[in-house]
Amino acid sequence: MRELYAKLNRLFPLGELTERRSNLAFITLTAEYLRPVLLHLRDREGFSHLVLLTAVDWLEEGQFQLSYLLSDRANGRDIGLRLMLPRDGASMESIHDLWPTAATYQRELREMFGIDFPGSPRINEEFILEGWTDIPPYRRDFDTLKFAQENFVARPGRETWDPARHMKDQLYPDGA
Amino acid sequence: MAYQPDRSQYPARRPDGLSRHPASRDTSTALCVGSLDIDLASGKYLKLWQGPNHPGITGNMSLELTVCGDEVVEGKTHVGYLHRGFEKLMERRTFIQCFPIVCRICVPEPDFNEYCYAAAVEELAGIQSPERADWIRTLILEMGRINSYLMYLGGQAGAFGLGVIGQWTTYVRDLMLDRFEELSGARIYHMFILPGGVRDGLPDGFEQRMEETLVEIERVMSDVLDVMFRNAVFKKRAVGLGYIDPALIEPYGVTGPPARAAGVAKDVRKDQPYLVYPQLDFEPVTGADSDVYTRADVRRRDLLMSIDLVRQILARMPKEGPLMAKIPNVLHWKIPRGETYIRGECSRGEYGYYLVTDGSGYPRRVNVRGPSYTHAMALMERLIVNCNIADVAGLLVSLHTYPPEIER
Repeated sequence: MRELYAKLNRLFPLGELTERRSNLAFITLTAEYLRPVLLHLRDREGFSHLVLLTAVDWLEEGQFQLSYLLSDRANGRDIGLRLMLPRDGASMESIHDLWPTAATYQRELREMFGIDFPGSPRINEEFILEGWTDIPPYRRDFDTLKFAQENFVARPGRETWDPARHMKDQLYPDGA
Repeated sequence: MAYQPDRSQYPARRPDGLSRHPASRDTSTALCVGSLDIDLASGKYLKLWQGPNHPGITGNMSLELTVCGDEVVEGKTHVGYLHRGFEKLMERRTFIQCFPIVCRICVPEPDFNEYCYAAAVEELAGIQSPERADWIRTLILEMGRINSYLMYLGGQAGAFGLGVIGQWTTYVRDLMLDRFEELSGARIYHMFILPGGVRDGLPDGFEQRMEETLVEIERVMSDVLDVMFRNAVFKKRAVGLGYIDPALIEPYGVTGPPARAAGVAKDVRKDQPYLVYPQLDFEPVTGADSDVYTRADVRRRDLLMSIDLVRQILARMPKEGPLMAKIPNVLHWKIPRGETYIRGECSRGEYGYYLVTDGSGYPRRVNVRGPSYTHAMALMERLIVNCNIADVAGLLVSLHTYPPEIER
């Protein structure tokens, strides 16, 4: 993978390389080079399969990480492209013209993280949530416990165990 | 007049007076790009909802069909009827507490979730599972594959009106669930594969009882071959339906039997071998015609191959040896910052887990890559155009979709 990274780095300014396994590496890059790098990997290096596109919310750093994972089946290797976006007004170029299936991923990211992909087909159509007006729920600052307490009623007579304490009692009864 | 969904049941404003959170999507868009501008008032078109409660739908999803006569001109997949936010739930649970959650993402074949998640945690934590545990993991994954295919065959035949096949395959699937029960104590959600290894070894006499089960499955599969695959009705309905052009395989992320039925020998077990697959003898099953019939036949032959793999595993696996590697106290388990992706070949295609850790005791992000996500959304919406209403169910089942993988 170092060889591929060196080759790519001669063509595009790339960020950090993280080698996870001999056949899986992650490369950081900036938004403006995403499309040329994706095209190069798809058309010249055999990474023709878009495995997934997802986001990670680094709330403390004020950034979203977009992860594009590509696979080269012939050589049994995968490459992940990491791209950092500011959380406020996060928007990224759509790649549905390169992989039509990316439109589904982008529609989900729009709904769950609030990341916009202008021009992506049906980007504002509801994917899973209906009539959702709150903060996009997969953001780290969406409080699931508060949401549950506000929207659902506890059934009377039910005993609730604290999961951590219950596990401790079951797994390490002598104390750990 | 362009079609607009009825939104009267939803509040127009949030408690803070805003119509929506600034970051949430704007649904006021008049017409979304990619949708047909269909005039329902013309009387030429009709909106037809297939699902969420419908015999011709797989699980908790629905298809919004626009039909002209009995021909579909546009189809949209709708999911979310069973959305429990699995990925979000995992962000608030310790690594070991995620185990009762992951298996619920796919009911008929839950073991892939356990394996992929366990392997991702092991990789980021630097743990190597013992060899005997890897053999048992492979055995469980192949047993799950057989179960999933048996369920599929019943569904595929049922979609074309052959009800008896489902009764036969459910009977033998039940026998395999008995084997799961004696192995793990549970029939559906086994929670048997944990980070570091597996919970237990094989019970006494398991090999003998498994062989009896396999023989019974083979007997039923021989009947299924006669009654389903050589049936004139099934052939007339399934041959030529739902053709997937091999050129669509990569752009649409098609994996598993739908890709193999198109002649592309995509199989993670061969392409990027994991567990003990490098030590087993098998070749990916492929077809050529890429229609519903070929996909069903590829799965039938793949099932027979899995039976052979189970026999190979039971004959070759070590009988002695550790089952669990040493893992830290799971209540205080912190995993260094990192990210990885683990994949396996499930009965429907590539199944994978993308796990990101941040050095804390909780996953930062877990993303599940289920094959249904690509097959039942973008690919299905393309294949369904010009399909007859009566064939929609057969087409959908031929993609072997499990909706919880899509909405997660």
